[in-house]
Amino acid sequence: MGAGHAHVLYRSADSPVHRLPPEVKIAAMVAFTLAVVATPREALWAFGAYALLVAAVAALARVTARWLLLRSTIELPFVLFAFALPFLGAGERVDVAGWQLSVDGLYGAWNIIAKGTLGVWASLLLAATTSTRDLIVGLDRLRCPQILTQIATFMLRYLDVLVGEARRMRLARISRGDDPRFVWQLRGFAAGIGALFLRAFERGERVYLAMVSRGYTGRMPPVWQGTATATTGQWLIAATVPVMAATVAATAAVLT
Amino acid sequence: MRGVRYAYPDGHVALHGIDLTVAKGERVALLGPNGAGKTTLVLHLNGILTPSEGHVVVGGLAVDQDRATLAEIRRRVGIVFQDPDDQLFLPTVAEDVAFGPANLGLRGPELAARVDEALAAVGMSGHRDRAPHHLSFGQRRRVAVATVLAMRPEILVLDEPSSNLDPAARRELADILRSLPVTLLMVTHDLPYAFELCDRSVILDGGRIVADGPTPVLLDDEELLARHRLELPYPFRPIRGRAPADE
Repeated sequence: MGAGHAHVLYRSADSPVHRLPPEVKIAAMVAFTLAVVATPREALWAFGAYALLVAAVAALARVTARWLLLRSTIELPFVLFAFALPFLGAGERVDVAGWQLSVDGLYGAWNIIAKGTLGVWASLLLAATTSTRDLIVGLDRLRCPQILTQIATFMLRYLDVLVGEARRMRLARISRGDDPRFVWQLRGFAAGIGALFLRAFERGERVYLAMVSRGYTGRMPPVWQGTATATTGQWLIAATVPVMAATVAATAAVLT
Repeated sequence: MRGVRYAYPDGHVALHGIDLTVAKGERVALLGPNGAGKTTLVLHLNGILTPSEGHVVVGGLAVDQDRATLAEIRRRVGIVFQDPDDQLFLPTVAEDVAFGPANLGLRGPELAARVDEALAAVGMSGHRDRAPHHLSFGQRRRVAVATVLAMRPEILVLDEPSSNLDPAARRELADILRSLPVTLLMVTHDLPYAFELCDRSVILDGGRIVADGPTPVLLDDEELLARHRLELPYPFRPIRGRAPADE
């Protein structure tokens, strides 16, 4: 769908992964992540197998390793804590390059980083092959509560409007000699945020009036659910990845 | 509308007894300065606001708060709001145009036909899958008109249709509006636009109708316009056709 250029992560291309309906991709991504999370941390080989699966899907979707690695730096702030675990962990110690590290802590850090990274990769692959608009359609078809998909739809529509408003307000401020280069000069910026909030609030009311004028009664008409939903075949194709992941997870659980 | 009076919750009276009848197929301009109560009046036409006194009848159907009546009234009266960004809230043009008729219960091919018809009427068929924020302002205004046309209204109400449009977009919209076989009520202070499109004009000021008559006659009454903070662009004179300096 031509919902525009507003996607940061979407990689426009035509691949078997791009062509799959969004709902099966979302389901596959969630199932894959669940399988990864359920894997015992000691089964190091299993995570290698998951990485191979991700690489295979990425190759199919024509997403390069470079793009995937660069984008996955997003998880760094969330896993920073994991790097401290080997030093803080209790119990048995092991000597690594002259450092006394906790075995339990090492496993804990590995657990967080490996599972986190695989989850981020799976999400990135979904985002790279599905436009934001289609993601919402997919969630809607998966019977995600309408209130959530509606909020997401409004965000998608009005984010650009808000950004445009903020930009114009900033230009107007700068044109009147505002030059906020230091934290203590942020007063104008803060007031701008307040004004932006008020404007968004008032706009919400006007949008609602316009919706009511067109017969809105509190529920969105089911316009999109009916068209081109996934076939059984497409579900089966998309299921291969999470099924393989689940097999790996089950094997790992039995072996350890 | 008969004797419509409306006070906002804070006690401010916006409409002091409005009597206004618009015949089927008429094109009427509702003129008035800022704060005259024009938008408040418009919101009474489809039952979003309920008069504290008086009543509104659309095509023989009295506007009340009954759900079925309201749904029918909102089908008959289509309001195009001033800011197309308020009107277009869905991610693609086609979805937004489908919103109104889908609320009326249309589905499938019938719905698709309505969307095609409305987009064709405003010359936007080629942009159906685009996102509203990637269209120009004039295109968004035209799509906003289409979102309402898709409901096949009997009365089309436009709030400041020419505001913020460049001259070409303004003329294109005028051509579209002239081609539509509906009753038209146009809220504006763009007097030449009213002159171009509407035979009849109504001036609203301070919540009262202060003049109602043929547009050229009203626009030629300089004193009347001045009294209600309305002004023609300097050289524009509909009847005498010349600026005073030329006489």
